[in-house]
Amino acid sequence: MSAPNTIDFRTKQFRAGSFFFTGLTGLATVLILAILAIILTDVIVNGWRTLSWHFVSSIPTKDFFDRNTTGVLPMIIGTASRVMVMTLFVLPVGVITAVYLTEYAPNSSVVTRIIRAAVNNLAGVPSIVFGLFGLGFFINFVGKNLDAVLHNPTAVWGQPSIIWASLTLAVMTLPVVIVATEEALKAVPQGLREASLALGATKLKTILKIVLPQAMPGILTGGILAVSRAAGEVAPILFTGVAYYMGSLPQHLTDRFMDLGYHVFVLSTQSTNIEQTEPILYATVLVLLLLTFALNLVAIFIRANMRRKMRSLH
Amino acid sequence: MAEITLPKINPLQSRPAGTGPGEPLIKINDLSLFYGASKALKNVSLNLGEKVVTAFIGPSGCGKSTLLRCLNRMNDLIDNVRIEGSVSIGGHDIYGDNVDVIELRKRVGMVFQKSNPFPKSIYENVAYGLRLHGMKDKSELDGVVEQSLRGAALWDEVKDRLHSSALGLSGGQQQRLCIARAIAIRPEIVLMDEPASALDPIATTRIEELILELKKEFTIVIVTHNMQQAARISDYTAFFYIGELIEFDTTTRIFTNPAKRQTEDYVTGRFG
Repeated sequence: MSAPNTIDFRTKQFRAGSFFFTGLTGLATVLILAILAIILTDVIVNGWRTLSWHFVSSIPTKDFFDRNTTGVLPMIIGTASRVMVMTLFVLPVGVITAVYLTEYAPNSSVVTRIIRAAVNNLAGVPSIVFGLFGLGFFINFVGKNLDAVLHNPTAVWGQPSIIWASLTLAVMTLPVVIVATEEALKAVPQGLREASLALGATKLKTILKIVLPQAMPGILTGGILAVSRAAGEVAPILFTGVAYYMGSLPQHLTDRFMDLGYHVFVLSTQSTNIEQTEPILYATVLVLLLLTFALNLVAIFIRANMRRKMRSLH
Repeated sequence: MAEITLPKINPLQSRPAGTGPGEPLIKINDLSLFYGASKALKNVSLNLGEKVVTAFIGPSGCGKSTLLRCLNRMNDLIDNVRIEGSVSIGGHDIYGDNVDVIELRKRVGMVFQKSNPFPKSIYENVAYGLRLHGMKDKSELDGVVEQSLRGAALWDEVKDRLHSSALGLSGGQQQRLCIARAIAIRPEIVLMDEPASALDPIATTRIEELILELKKEFTIVIVTHNMQQAARISDYTAFFYIGELIEFDTTTRIFTNPAKRQTEDYVTGRFG
């Protein structure tokens, strides 16, 4: 028997409901983790066997479907360079756009709303369309005209290459960077801007010295998301730079390149001997995962370093 | 850089023509301010003396903070704000043509309601404004930083951790740091927008003591919700109600023998 003064506020129904939803959310989490675990385990276990120093450090000489003669060095270099070149373009352009939208553009103006709508629509465009855009705009328009202006006897700029593939990817990932940067800028307290302006700082000084440093971790998060998305994308580079096979490493930004993601597609669709190719396929996927992870790790490390510096300045 | 039309003036030595000793430092003449179509300040005229503390009091939405922010043109940051009338400081119309807002804000510092130290070290917070205005020499910076922190009664508490984050300070310390930051660039006027409203009573007392100390060197205009605070620290008090200046007089008169019924009702706590 309970004491007469004891009051139980929770009804049985509430507890049952609470239990049910806790269980449901837990189940959803477990499901997602399980899927991730299955994919990773499968790739790691099967890929690890074929992965060797020779595999990641050599250029395939004659047959890249044969595990003894193949290697993924050109693909690693290709994917890494297109992602890095893309980052060089997308970060400044995205950040400057976001600064304009949040700090300068009048919030209610039609122009601002049109830009925002355009950015959102850009995020919804299928990636193959970006590939076609890159071919049409960067290669056939910009590149061919550059060649004409520079009087190049053969096509230098007007053909698929690392630079155009990277620019195409930059256009594709621009919304990611803009949205992340805008969120980061909005999260900087208005009071900090006012404090700086009240001390006689110009708006530009305030943005450069106070707002952007404060928003930098958020901006880098945008960069990380862009890198992750771009590293695995194949469609935008199909027409803009990727090569099925190259006997040597790319030397210039205007060279074509081999790519890990595209190579996975090639291995899984073009092989005549599936049994022989499957181990290579697994190892290539593992290398792609590791490379994406490594690229992210660099950005995450920079961000963590920045946050630590901000928190304790000593 | 825009032409600097507000020359550096030591109000005690060189005065612009027409202002003799005892002339008000800040002259607000028939000032109205509109947010879009709504009139937030209605034909306010007010003269504020130098090296005194003037308090703006009144119920929320009476326009006291808006008026304060007119004095360093912080309202410029808000879209759709229109101003009529004039404000002159030291004989210069601050809403006139060719006014360098940067120079104005150097001379009219501000402390905000919510303490807003930069996420930098204590030292860098104070040095920020100094660097902004061109001070580079390390020993000169060190000296002014120390002097400002002493001026804000914070030096003894932070001298051993000048290079650790300002965000590690308590609320009251942060607000005093903001005061140190404001006075570091040697303004003539310091505007304070409810500087103690988010602080506990002990921290509030320290800020009030500090204000009394600062008035020896600076002209202080303070907005406050706290009537006792206005009575304790100010020499003059202006009472506002729905955008209008109802009464302006010495603090003693406002609190003991106000001329207007509305003022009396407010300071005695009958409304607001």
